[in-house]
Amino acid sequence: MTSIVAAKVRAKRVAQLIAGGKRLDGREVNDYREIQIESGLIERAEGSARVRLGKTEVLVGVKIEAGEPFLDTPNEGVLTVNAELVPLASPTFEAGPPDENSIELARVVDRGIRESKAIATEDLVVEAGKKVFIVFVDVYVLNHDGNLIDASALAALAALLNTKMFNYEVKEGEVKIKPGYKPLPINNHPIAVTFAKINDKLVVDPWLEEEQAMEARLTMTIEKDGKVCAMQKGGYGIFTTQQILEAGKIAQQKATELRKLVVKE
Amino acid sequence: MINLVRRLLKTSQKKPEKLIDEKEIRYDGRKLNEMRPVKIEVGILGNADGSAYIEQGKNRILAAVYGPREIHPKHQALPDRAALRCRYHMAPFSVQERKSPAPSRREVEISKVMREALEPSVFTEYYPRTAIDLFVEVLQADGGTRCAGITVASLALADAGIPMRDLVSACAAGKVEGRVVLDLSDVEDKSSDGADMPVAYMSSLNAVTLLQMDGMLTPDEFEQTLNMAVEGCKQISQLQKEALKAKYATAKEAVAEKEEEAEEEAKE
Repeated sequence: MTSIVAAKVRAKRVAQLIAGGKRLDGREVNDYREIQIESGLIERAEGSARVRLGKTEVLVGVKIEAGEPFLDTPNEGVLTVNAELVPLASPTFEAGPPDENSIELARVVDRGIRESKAIATEDLVVEAGKKVFIVFVDVYVLNHDGNLIDASALAALAALLNTKMFNYEVKEGEVKIKPGYKPLPINNHPIAVTFAKINDKLVVDPWLEEEQAMEARLTMTIEKDGKVCAMQKGGYGIFTTQQILEAGKIAQQKATELRKLVVKE
Repeated sequence: MINLVRRLLKTSQKKPEKLIDEKEIRYDGRKLNEMRPVKIEVGILGNADGSAYIEQGKNRILAAVYGPREIHPKHQALPDRAALRCRYHMAPFSVQERKSPAPSRREVEISKVMREALEPSVFTEYYPRTAIDLFVEVLQADGGTRCAGITVASLALADAGIPMRDLVSACAAGKVEGRVVLDLSDVEDKSSDGADMPVAYMSSLNAVTLLQMDGMLTPDEFEQTLNMAVEGCKQISQLQKEALKAKYATAKEAVAEKEEEAEEEAKE
């Protein structure tokens, strides 16, 4: 009970500050925390990246395996996104099968990559309808300090850009790996931008303290030409249509800024 | 024989080449901003505290509410409000290929967003430490089940007599073959290069309580789609109110009939 009271007091403080356009950690309402991206930390993975978003830390590993395509898409490789909220990342995470939060996280990251057609899945076919490559994107949260969605989406994109596709040949229907690599074909760069609604105001990149005070959350994923390619509302609060359109405009700007950090032209 | 029937079924359900013709008429005869036919009934299950049924196109969905009631397991109790628990589930026979009855990742996510779409409408603070359990069963799916599910669930909550700020109405809009359209069917949803944006909305509060999207929309299309979805929600809201009124009208009629009978008996 005391912890609930304490949380409510802290949430109230966060909300009061935001009413005056200020944030507990001194950021402006449309500022992200400091972002660090490192690629290729895991040699065993075909691709990997770690993103630090303030104190939030997410590692993404990409593995590629041969497998069967889906029946309705025989001429496309397969994308699978999974997220693990491992217990070392937060006192609130527990070991066990994925709960609704990790499933939502994985599915929001998945939607951004899939709907923007970021991976050229048509290039991952060995034999149409029989054998294709499956791209496993595994999101591993290492430290939870809020806004896991943006950190995970950013890390996933960085890891995919870092992914090496092995050379292979087909012998008697079996895929044989040959020496040498080429980059995984990537066509688009989706960026997730998440807003928290606190005290009827929108702030980008909520950290943990703000997530605990927020009424609702809205993620917009923007692809490289500025189109919206995925969206997800969360939390028990509401948004007005005006707030959604306003968020759309800010998301455009923020996505352009963030993309420059991952995609080096 | 069964195979032949199956094959016939498949060809009859084959996707038409064009989903929208030159006259802006959709493959099923609808205009761009036209919803599928909706039929709603409230209060149709005996055991539940509240229930409702919806048909929207070929979607057939049941919702039932139990509660507020004692919460189990106890540790899920919330000290300041009722816990709204929601399960969205699809029957194995609801789709073309049999779906395993075990909850899929998609169903887990929809259960979550559905709960978050409905909770803003419910005065959960009136019933601390209790559970309000909401069950949504999709008997047949034809695109837009999460929206129809929210629409029908909100009615089941109202039918259970739970105090609410407003009804939650849901409807999707999206893009099919380059055009913004209302209430996508399964075939339209699966068309390539489209987009689908499910929205749940409380009409008298201008409050969006569910918002998702997949596909690709330019900023202009995005605004257009959002506005169209909200208009759809407003239409749904009217239908919901009519369905609730219809339930009480039939109840009133039944009472009046009983009274008449009693009067006649008294005369005799």
